[in-house]
Amino acid sequence: MRKTSLDTLLAEGGRSNEPLLAVDNLHVEFATRAGLVRAVNGVSYSLNPGETVAVLGESGSGKSVTAQAIMGILDMPPARIPKGEIRFHGTDLLRLSEEARTQVRGQRIAMIFQDALSALNPVFTVGWQISEMFRVHRGMSKRDGMKKAVELMDKVRIPAAKQRVNDYPHQFSGGMRQRIMIAMSIALDPEVLIADEPTTALDVTVQAQIMELLAELQRESNMGMILITHDLGVVADVADKIAVMYGGRIVENATVHEIYKSPAHPYTKGLLESIPRVDLKGQELYAIKGLPPNLLDMPTGCAFHPRCPYRQDNCVTDVPPLHEISGTRNSACHYWREVLDGDQR
Amino acid sequence: MSDTPSPDTQTLTADQAKPAPPPPVKHRKKEARSASLWSDAWHDLRRRPMFIFSLVLIAILLVMSFWPSLFTSIDPFDARTCELSTARQGPSPGHLFGRDNLGCDVFARTIYGAKNSIIIGVATMAITAIVGGLLGLIAGTRGGITDTITSRITEVFFAIPSILGALLITATFRDAELGIWIVVFALSIIAWPMTFRIMRAAVITARSQDFVMAARALGASQSRIMFKHLLPNAVAPVIVVATINLGGFIAAEAALSFLGVGVQSPDISWGLMIADARSRFLEAPLPLVFPAVFLSITVLAFIMLGDAVRDALDPKLR
Repeated sequence: MRKTSLDTLLAEGGRSNEPLLAVDNLHVEFATRAGLVRAVNGVSYSLNPGETVAVLGESGSGKSVTAQAIMGILDMPPARIPKGEIRFHGTDLLRLSEEARTQVRGQRIAMIFQDALSALNPVFTVGWQISEMFRVHRGMSKRDGMKKAVELMDKVRIPAAKQRVNDYPHQFSGGMRQRIMIAMSIALDPEVLIADEPTTALDVTVQAQIMELLAELQRESNMGMILITHDLGVVADVADKIAVMYGGRIVENATVHEIYKSPAHPYTKGLLESIPRVDLKGQELYAIKGLPPNLLDMPTGCAFHPRCPYRQDNCVTDVPPLHEISGTRNSACHYWREVLDGDQR
Repeated sequence: MSDTPSPDTQTLTADQAKPAPPPPVKHRKKEARSASLWSDAWHDLRRRPMFIFSLVLIAILLVMSFWPSLFTSIDPFDARTCELSTARQGPSPGHLFGRDNLGCDVFARTIYGAKNSIIIGVATMAITAIVGGLLGLIAGTRGGITDTITSRITEVFFAIPSILGALLITATFRDAELGIWIVVFALSIIAWPMTFRIMRAAVITARSQDFVMAARALGASQSRIMFKHLLPNAVAPVIVVATINLGGFIAAEAALSFLGVGVQSPDISWGLMIADARSRFLEAPLPLVFPAVFLSITVLAFIMLGDAVRDALDPKLR
């Protein structure tokens, strides 16, 4: 019932050739005591069904804030969205009523979090929490909800799901908890899944299993996935497109293949060069010099210029536009040609 | 036995029971156990000796309050049972606890005094827990201007010296013929800000945790987050403080009665008995000791109950 009314709502504003989800020139700022923090400055990306977009960037680059703005779970105030659109099937989510947005959350767009232990309610059993999705949104009975919870736990490959459905979150290991979080988020077959650093709190072998699980679930249901991460290794395997963020802006947009072959922005290049490599064993590991920008006091011109090896005079004064390099890639660097050429190894 | 849980736990269960009523007991045996917080807590409580013990004690005290004639054949409200000539007499057959300053039977008075003391203690605890808890939950969840206004109001109440404030309230409304309820009213007005503060702080701690954001991200409504996610995670300290306060309320009733504005003679309460016996304590300690012992046992029973309930509500201690 609810879903139909939302469908009509979404259909009214819908245009046929729109991507599943499009973030368009999004700005997010926070009013703090120290001043206005511009966390996101004109971010745009789009997502199609079955596609995975990786949003890459270090802490404070605005990648999580963008995701929270899509979900509508930013605390407003202090947060504000002065400009921009988030179009879902062509409808701007930012202009929907709070009730309509609550219906989108969880049912159409779902999210999984970095630390699954703190993202699960410690006083309820995992079965209760998974079945809550069905009870609240689908009006299922307690018993049917529990049955569905066991099915979902099987689907995310939790061993002995039937026995463990009445266990509490703290009785599970980190990887299993993240699986439960995933089970909750895919419970209502969302069209978009936002994964905010889903593997950061896990050890490497478990990381691979979780990414594999996500990829498999995505193949089954053809949902679009936004993968937020700072881990280039995770990205390479699963992502189709990459958006690299720095200082609240997208500095490079490309397919995975293009980025790994030849980055077109000095920041991306720096990130790739700082991955430890077996063939360079014994040598000093490369690191991007300097610190991420202070969002309260952003550098003039290009935000990356204080740390950039390609810096010229105009980088200090002029904000670089997002240059189109090819149909699938963009770079926000005045000297993207030099960066590209310098990397033809 | 069934009417024995304190009003505090009853109301909290009522909050929770609406969206997810606990299934009948026979289900639980068939399919392992049901998965709601409160039925899990109940399942766990039934096996705690401390809980059973406190429940039995409270049951005895409640029976004593409402059917005192089951315990003693003497009616302390009948003046003929008192003999001034036997004042302060020690224990004797038929008068187990001896006689007080007016020659009345201490045992009978202690039994009959339970009612007022327990009603005042439990009612005040329930009112402060519900009013303070609910306002604290709302202030903590909403934050912002709601929180500022309610917090400033509680600070006004905090500024009132407690006994003086209760004295003022009871003295002001003395003519309203409210009996012991005037004491409940006065103590509740003085004490609710403490519960409010504790609930608010606990809610604010819980609110900043990821699972609240996760619940929002998965489409939970504001009221669902408040009652299903914040309340169960914040209720433990309120239960502990409420049960500890219960003893304080019974003692405060004694203080007010002692000052002459609480329960009035010829009505009986433990506080009043302690106040009366105090003047001749060195000659005859027993008329003070017996009501004091009953008061201590009552307070202990409720504190043990609160402790057991708090432990049962924390899954990590299970």
